[in-house]
Amino acid sequence: MEVVRLTVNGDERVCGVPAHYTLLETLRYGLGLTGSKQGCDKGDCGACTVVLDGKAVLSCLTPILEAEGRHVRTVEGLASGVEPHPLQDEFDLHGAAQCGFCTPGILCSAAALLDREPSPSREDIREALAGNLCRCTGYEKIYDAVEGAAARCRA
Amino acid sequence: MAVIRDMIAPFELYQPTGVDDALRLLEEHRADSWVLAGGLDSFDWFKDRIKRPAAVIDLGGVEALKGIREGADGGLEIGAMTSLADVAGDESVRDAYPLLAEAAGLVATPQIRNQGTLGGNLAQDTRCWYYRSGWPCYRAGGNICYAATPQSMNREHCILGASRCVAVNPSDTAPALVALDAEMFVARRGGEHQQAYAAADFFIGPAIDITRMTVLEPGDLLTHVVLPAPRPGARWYFEKVRDRKSWDFSLASVASALQMDGDRVADLRISVNGVAPYPVRCEAAEAVVRGQLPDDETGLAAGEAAVEDARPLRHNDYKIALMRNLVRRAVRDAA
Ligand SMILES: Cc1cc2nc3c(=O)[nH]c(=O)nc-3n(C[C@H](O)[C@H](O)[C@H](O)COP(=O)(O)OP(=O)(O)OC[C@H]3O[C@@H](n4cnc5c(N)ncnc54)[C@H](O)[C@@H]3O)c2cc1C
Ligand code: FES
Ligand code: FES
Repeated sequence: MEVVRLTVNGDERVCGVPAHYTLLETLRYGLGLTGSKQGCDKGDCGACTVVLDGKAVLSCLTPILEAEGRHVRTVEGLASGVEPHPLQDEFDLHGAAQCGFCTPGILCSAAALLDREPSPSREDIREALAGNLCRCTGYEKIYDAVEGAAARCRA
Repeated sequence: MAVIRDMIAPFELYQPTGVDDALRLLEEHRADSWVLAGGLDSFDWFKDRIKRPAAVIDLGGVEALKGIREGADGGLEIGAMTSLADVAGDESVRDAYPLLAEAAGLVATPQIRNQGTLGGNLAQDTRCWYYRSGWPCYRAGGNICYAATPQSMNREHCILGASRCVAVNPSDTAPALVALDAEMFVARRGGEHQQAYAAADFFIGPAIDITRMTVLEPGDLLTHVVLPAPRPGARWYFEKVRDRKSWDFSLASVASALQMDGDRVADLRISVNGVAPYPVRCEAAEAVVRGQLPDDETGLAAGEAAVEDARPLRHNDYKIALMRNLVRRAVRDAA
C-alpha cells in the first residue's frame, strides 16, 4: 500500500492504494468518484479522460503515483453546487448525450479545451475531442454543444 | 481490441528524481527492471499480465530528462521524457524540423500525446496482436510466427525486413528521426557507459535480436535525442496513412528530408515505417533521386526502387502500392 495525496476537484484527498493502481482505479474504487468511466481500460476509448494539471489525459493509463501532488479535475468537479457547468447545460439543451457513457470523458476534454482556448473553431473542437469515442450521437450535437458553451463562457 | 485478463501483478515502484539515481536503480535491478515513461505501452503490457517486471523505475520525476534545449552546433536536444504534445507544439521544433512536429502531432489522440513521451514512443514495443495477446511466438521465445501462417490475420504486418517475425515497428516519430539523421543517446551500466546511435542504427530488426525493437536492453536508459542543425535549402515531407483519422497506428508512414542544390536534389533521406520491424531507410530510392529534379517522374522511379525487395503476406499486398506512392509523394511534394 502507498499513501497518495492529490487534489481532486479542488479538495485535498489522501488515499491508500497499491502502487500499481491507475488514477482511474483510485478515483473510482479509492475515492468513490465513479463519474470517470472504465470503458476499454487500454487507451482505446477516452471514457476515462480527466484533466490533470490542465491537460486532458487517460486516467486508465496514468499510474496513480504519477498523479501524486497534482491537480485532477473530473466530471464531478465541473458544476458549481447545483449550478451546472455551461458545457453540461449545453449538452442537455442540444441532446448531446444519448447513452451517456462517453459524456464524462468528453466533458473533461472539452473543459480543458475551453480553459486554454476560449474561442475554439469547429476544427479546434473536433481536434480536442479526437480522443473520445462516442458510439451514439455522431458527434455533431456534441460539437454544437461545445460551441454553445464556449459562447456562454465568453459572455 | 485488448482483453483485460486480471489486475496488474504487483511490482516494486521506484521514483528517482535524478538521472544518476535512475541509472543506479536500473543497474541494480537490470534483468528485472522496467523503465516507466508515460505508461501507455507499459500499462498495456502490465494489465494483460504478460510482462511482469519486479522493479518498475518511473522516470516521471526526473526533470533533467524533460524539455527541449538548444544543442551543440546549432542543433536541438530533446529529453526522452518530453511529451509528444510538447514536441509537436514547440516553436523551435515547428520552425526548424516541421516533419518531426507533424509526426508527433499525428500520434494517436490528444490525451495520448499529452501523456506519451518521445522516448516511450521510440522505445515502444510492436503492436502485433498475436504477440501482444501473449501467444508464445518467436518474439516471445517460442518457435512459430502466428502472423505468418496461411490462416493468419496479417493485414498490418511486414512487407520488408522480416526474419521469422513479421511484426512492424509502430512509432510515428521514428521515421521522422531517421530522415532527420538524429542521434539517440543511451546510458548504461549505471552511467559508466554512454553511447550515441544514429537513428537508423537505434532500431533493430529480428535478424539482430528478435526480442527487442531497439538497441535498448534491460538496464539501459535513453536520455535524449539530438537533431543536427538544419541546413539551408532543406525540404521535408511527412505523411501517415491509417484506417481512421484519429487514434490508429500507421499502416505506413513516410518521412523525407531533401537537401537542394538549385532545383536539383543534392542529398536526401527517406524513411518508411509500418512496413518492416524497424523504420526502413530507403537507400535504393535515395540513390535514384540524388542529382535529379524532385518531380513526379523521379518520385515514381524512387517509389519503384523502394519496393523492389518487398514481399507481401497473405493480406497485405496493398502495402506495396502504398509504400511506392508514399515514397513518390515524399520526393515530389517535399516542401
Ligand atoms: C490507443 C493507443 C494508440 C496509439 N497510437 C499510436 C500512433 O498512432 N502512433 C505512434 O507512434 N504511437 C501510438 N501509440 C503509442 C504511444 O505513443 C506509445 O505507447 C507511447 O508513446 C509510449 O510512450 P510512453 O511515454 O507512454 O512510454 P511507456 O509506455 O512508459 O514506455 C514504452 C516502452 O519504452 C520503454 N522506455 C520508455 N522510455 C524509455 C527511456 N527513456 N529509456 C529506456 N526505455 C524507455 C519502456 O520501458 C517501455 O518498454 C498509441 C498508444 C495507445 C495506447
Ligand atoms: S477507459 Fe478507454 S481509454 Fe481509458
Ligand atoms: S452518448 Fe453513447 S457513447 Fe456517446
